[in-house]
Amino acid sequence: MAQFSRRGVVKGVAGLAGAATFGFPQIWIKNSGLARAAGGEIKVGVLYSLTGTTAIIETSLNQATLMAIEEINAAGGVNGRKLVPVVEDPASDPATFAEKARKLVIGEKCVSVFGSYTSASRKAVLPIFERYHNLYWYPTLYEGRECSMNVIYTGAVPNQQQRDFVPWLVKNFGKRFYLIGSNYIYPKEENNVCKILLQKLGGEVVGEEYVPLGHSEFSSVIEKFKNTKPNVIFSTVVGDSVVALHRQYKAAGLDPAKMPMASLTTSEEEVRAMGGEFALGHFTSAPYFMSYESPENAKFVAAIQSKYGKNAVTNFVSEPAYFQVHLFAQAAAKLAGSDLTPPTIREAAWGQEYKAPEGLVKIDGQNSHTYLWPKIGEAQMNGQFKIIEQSKEWVEPDPYWAYPGQVCTPKGMVEKKA
Amino acid sequence: MTDIFNQVFSGLSIASILLLISLGLAIIYGTVGVINLAHGEFVMLGAYAVWFLEDHFGLGLFPCIVLAFFAVGTLGWVVERLIIRRLYGRVLDTILATWGLGVILQQAIRLSAGAELRYVQMPPGLSAAVHFAGVDVSAYRLFVLALTAILLAVTYVLIFRTRFGMRLRGVVQNPEIARCFGVNTSQIYAMTFAYGAGLAGIAGALVSPLKSVSPDMGTGYVVDAFMVVVVGGVQSLLGTVASAGIIGELSGGLAYLSNDTIAKAIVFLGVVVLIRFRPQGLFALRVRRG
Repeated sequence: MAQFSRRGVVKGVAGLAGAATFGFPQIWIKNSGLARAAGGEIKVGVLYSLTGTTAIIETSLNQATLMAIEEINAAGGVNGRKLVPVVEDPASDPATFAEKARKLVIGEKCVSVFGSYTSASRKAVLPIFERYHNLYWYPTLYEGRECSMNVIYTGAVPNQQQRDFVPWLVKNFGKRFYLIGSNYIYPKEENNVCKILLQKLGGEVVGEEYVPLGHSEFSSVIEKFKNTKPNVIFSTVVGDSVVALHRQYKAAGLDPAKMPMASLTTSEEEVRAMGGEFALGHFTSAPYFMSYESPENAKFVAAIQSKYGKNAVTNFVSEPAYFQVHLFAQAAAKLAGSDLTPPTIREAAWGQEYKAPEGLVKIDGQNSHTYLWPKIGEAQMNGQFKIIEQSKEWVEPDPYWAYPGQVCTPKGMVEKKA
Repeated sequence: MTDIFNQVFSGLSIASILLLISLGLAIIYGTVGVINLAHGEFVMLGAYAVWFLEDHFGLGLFPCIVLAFFAVGTLGWVVERLIIRRLYGRVLDTILATWGLGVILQQAIRLSAGAELRYVQMPPGLSAAVHFAGVDVSAYRLFVLALTAILLAVTYVLIFRTRFGMRLRGVVQNPEIARCFGVNTSQIYAMTFAYGAGLAGIAGALVSPLKSVSPDMGTGYVVDAFMVVVVGGVQSLLGTVASAGIIGELSGGLAYLSNDTIAKAIVFLGVVVLIRFRPQGLFALRVRRG
């Protein structure tokens, strides 16, 4: 129990008075509260959970980010100035995310923060970045339908993952889709997009179902697969449920050659946990797979494995976490040293291109999302994906693809088109 | 017709897993009178025991099941000696203590084995489906069903047909009188707690190839297990079996008619209504108090 002593209270009041005295003038000087890089260093925040439920995947994001920062510094930094990462551990908890973000933005005055895996944690920090005009770089594929002036999105949105995937599935397997997802916003938004695409292709949704997060008993769901006999099971189930679903699918005698699962969320990580024999023959669409062959990816995988051990893996979230730091450095390099603030970095980032492991990517100057290279992978026994299709061109991000009449503009607003 | 058979089997399969994870809890709750909130973590430890033995020693699932029983059972015995027996008669304190124990076990696994999902192999002979009465059913689920029936029979014999079981029933009815007749009640409690924990270990070992293995997997199981025990009535083996059957078929059927989210909500609602009007559960006998 804290006790009030007279001295403590006096100190506190004096402290408040001091803060007021020194704090006040800032109101009058425009933008003086803005984070600004000073001296020979550029401070950036790194906000990925190192503990808690999503620690495994977020640790890989933290590592990819720090590795990119090291590469940039080894190559001479940004116009001779070193990037200094300030690492915080938000412990997989949205409230802690908000608290740590406040520390990075207000206390450390970082000019940008790289962070978040879940949408919940991004939503939790958003008000802080908006209030203090700072900039958040978010690497995860997500459901879209967000447009913030204070976020650069480098992960895929639904139109990028599905534009080629759904037609390919229809062509190769058939028009009858069963949509199965975990019960939260991401699967529902993805399925909205899927339904629109299917409608255009003359496809049919024979079932749409959402299971509770963490669900592991799929006998009833599998029963429905058997009865409705879809051509494709379109899955946006996440986390441990993915493992349970794949195992019970095979144990029930279903055959991926006739009724494959097509997922937007099953990565090398889940395949390793379920075992290759249960993933074999199912498909995932993502802009990046560890097995993708390009000089940039060979370099990226080798660098991760030499730094974090030969068993370290890369995945479709750690790759954007890596290349977005390089995009940040390119944007910052365009600016004069005295002008390095989050809003100027954001403007400089628009149109930036970088040769990422997945291919040449670009930040869109309208919606601050990223042009990416969707690929279709087929899961293999060894836990890797064999890439069987890839987009011939980069795909434009459209976070409001499923919502005609709504667009994301640089002002961060959603407007009705005339 | 095959639809109905399929559905009944699927419900039965859910029921067998429910029974498997609640059997140990029912025994501990019913005889020792302890509400063991760490039960889910005992299940989790069973699953990790299999992963560890498979990964490090290359053992198959069947020896792992036996070893998981003894490993988690031994841990249960230690827990009873160190913590639980100091708290008999203090229901709220045991709830708090076992909950804390659950948190500790979960974090210990997270720190030692890591937080990632773990891979446990399904025995190759059981990973396919078998054709049975006109439908395809999972061989592994049949195996779980059979093993659950065997464990149930073993438990029945242990409680109703052995000297240990007779002493156990005596202690449950009246610990003071049992003590007067020379029954070592403290030992009975310790052995019962260990047996219940061991059953949880087997449950964890059996679900690990079918579901996923992660440090927080126990959280869901403990809720299911309590639901079964509360509906069945404490200390009634028959009640636990009936209740697992009812809840399994009901959630399977409702999930088939609507979806799993709705099914879960309706089953919970049903349980709440039931315990409002029949707090002692469907089949109630006596509970040890104090």
